[in-house]
Amino acid sequence: MPTITGGAGRYRRRLTPYTFMIPALIGLGLFLFYPLLSSIWFSFHRMHLVNLTQPPDFIGLDNWKFFFEDPNVIRAAKNTLWFVVIMVPMRIVGALITALLLNQAKRSRGFYRTLFYLPALAPPVAATVAFVLLLKPGTGPVNTLLANIGIEGPLWFNDPLWAKPSLVLLGLWGIGDLMIIFVAALLDVPVELHEAAALDGAGVWQRFRYVTLPSISPVLQFAAITGVIGMLQYFTQAAVASSVASGAVTGGGGIANTFGYPSGSTFTYPLYLYVISFGPRGLLGYASVLSVVLFVVAVTFTLILLRRFRTFLR
Amino acid sequence: MNRPFLIFVARHSVTIALSLMFLAPLVFLFLTSMMTSNQTFTTEIWPQSWHPENYATVFEKAPLLRYLLNTVMYAVLATIFMLLSSVPAAYGLAKLRWRGRNTTMVLIICLMMLPPQVSTIPMYLFWANAGLTGTLWPAILPLLAGDAFAIFLLRQFMVTIPDEYLDAAKVDGAGEWKTMFKVVLPMARPGIAAAAMFQFFYAWNDYYYPLLYTSENQDNWTVSLGIASFKYAHHVEWELVSAATMITMIPVIVLFFFAQKAFVQGVTLTGVKG
Repeated sequence: MPTITGGAGRYRRRLTPYTFMIPALIGLGLFLFYPLLSSIWFSFHRMHLVNLTQPPDFIGLDNWKFFFEDPNVIRAAKNTLWFVVIMVPMRIVGALITALLLNQAKRSRGFYRTLFYLPALAPPVAATVAFVLLLKPGTGPVNTLLANIGIEGPLWFNDPLWAKPSLVLLGLWGIGDLMIIFVAALLDVPVELHEAAALDGAGVWQRFRYVTLPSISPVLQFAAITGVIGMLQYFTQAAVASSVASGAVTGGGGIANTFGYPSGSTFTYPLYLYVISFGPRGLLGYASVLSVVLFVVAVTFTLILLRRFRTFLR
Repeated sequence: MNRPFLIFVARHSVTIALSLMFLAPLVFLFLTSMMTSNQTFTTEIWPQSWHPENYATVFEKAPLLRYLLNTVMYAVLATIFMLLSSVPAAYGLAKLRWRGRNTTMVLIICLMMLPPQVSTIPMYLFWANAGLTGTLWPAILPLLAGDAFAIFLLRQFMVTIPDEYLDAAKVDGAGEWKTMFKVVLPMARPGIAAAAMFQFFYAWNDYYYPLLYTSENQDNWTVSLGIASFKYAHHVEWELVSAATMITMIPVIVLFFFAQKAFVQGVTLTGVKG
């Protein structure tokens, strides 16, 4: 029979792990459960940023009804979908090609890896400014170069058709993080498999298609799912590109005036959410509907990720 | 010249061409930062005359020093707070057995994947009630309650440390906290370095939270916010914007070259497990 002190000691030992977890558990409560539950609660209320002292006004499902009729939601969701469908695959293919090239360069691999990775670490605002400058319609170096070989360059960030592709170019410049992961995955592909395939007469393409691709497929899937989740929060580059390209940059909250420039072409879902909440009207209740929907979409993709990659937890 | 040599050249020429394309934006940004204001509106790429004084002018025309100090404060405090809270949590998830551990791990991954916009409104109201909107504290203080990505990264790292080392310490009478400090922390140093670096870069590069919390109070702006909101009298002063942009990139580049070893070490050490 355990003595009283022994029992207390065991009880204390069982509690010890939680002392390690106190900050993180508070974090989960404060940054996951509290925002989610209160957003659901807010979504049934009329609330304004400008007079927060006034108690929220319960309006039932009105915000939700408006969400399904709001043409701006469709516009913003379409833009975000465009980025998901175009940006994510382009970045993965670009990173894979760079990683394959890097694996060919044996001795200089470290040098190239540093060089290709660096842009991924550049502050997004700085990178965006650099690209607006690079793609300046009239006198930018890219269009000057194109003019020299007889091509009239587009207006890039100032053309509703080209603004999104310009952001894709910016995204391609920052593929370094994906590339590092792919280089590591390519090094893990067993050499014997390549040799066996080569002996059987497989060419370069066939070896890539039937040996390399299946071996690195989990890494590609991981990149695809996290890429989609990343696009659901695409904010900084779209916001800064439109404000710098429009040239009408003002300080403070005024920046939201230029969101989506030109003609709403870069107006993504997160930007709309920001404008609704912190723009001049500050409709926090309605914005909470947008938050809850974004939450559901993001969690769906996270659960897909967790189902597919159970090894995360091992 | 034989065929393999030509193939070698062809392969490298693609890589070299790609390298130039990756470098071009940075080079052009640097060249523009050295131009006169008038030349930035011409098609000439090379500066007619060099004007390094643009880098001084930018400090006069905008409170860039203040922005830099704010950014340093944000990045340093965020990194310290993150380490204080996330290292024990990662240890608890990697090395301790307790009820609810797997559920907690799933929830932390969900939190890691959650777009920051989802929790923005409740958190903004929370910090407004606390009277801290207009400052950077709403972006810094949450790190005291752990960062989901850092916890995940550190946990993945600590899992690779064999339990035998921990058991040896416990046989000698060390408690869990002592085991963490004396055994696991020294062995997890590359992982901790990587997590700290990611956190520092994240805060240094962050635009969303400074915009959300400090846009009404220019005294507390960070460099990213400062550049994006550069005030222009009549037209964009590209040479100054470029100089300011270069200045925000320099610490990132320097830190990357110094910390690259720790970072690569961390990646390779976790990579061994596969």
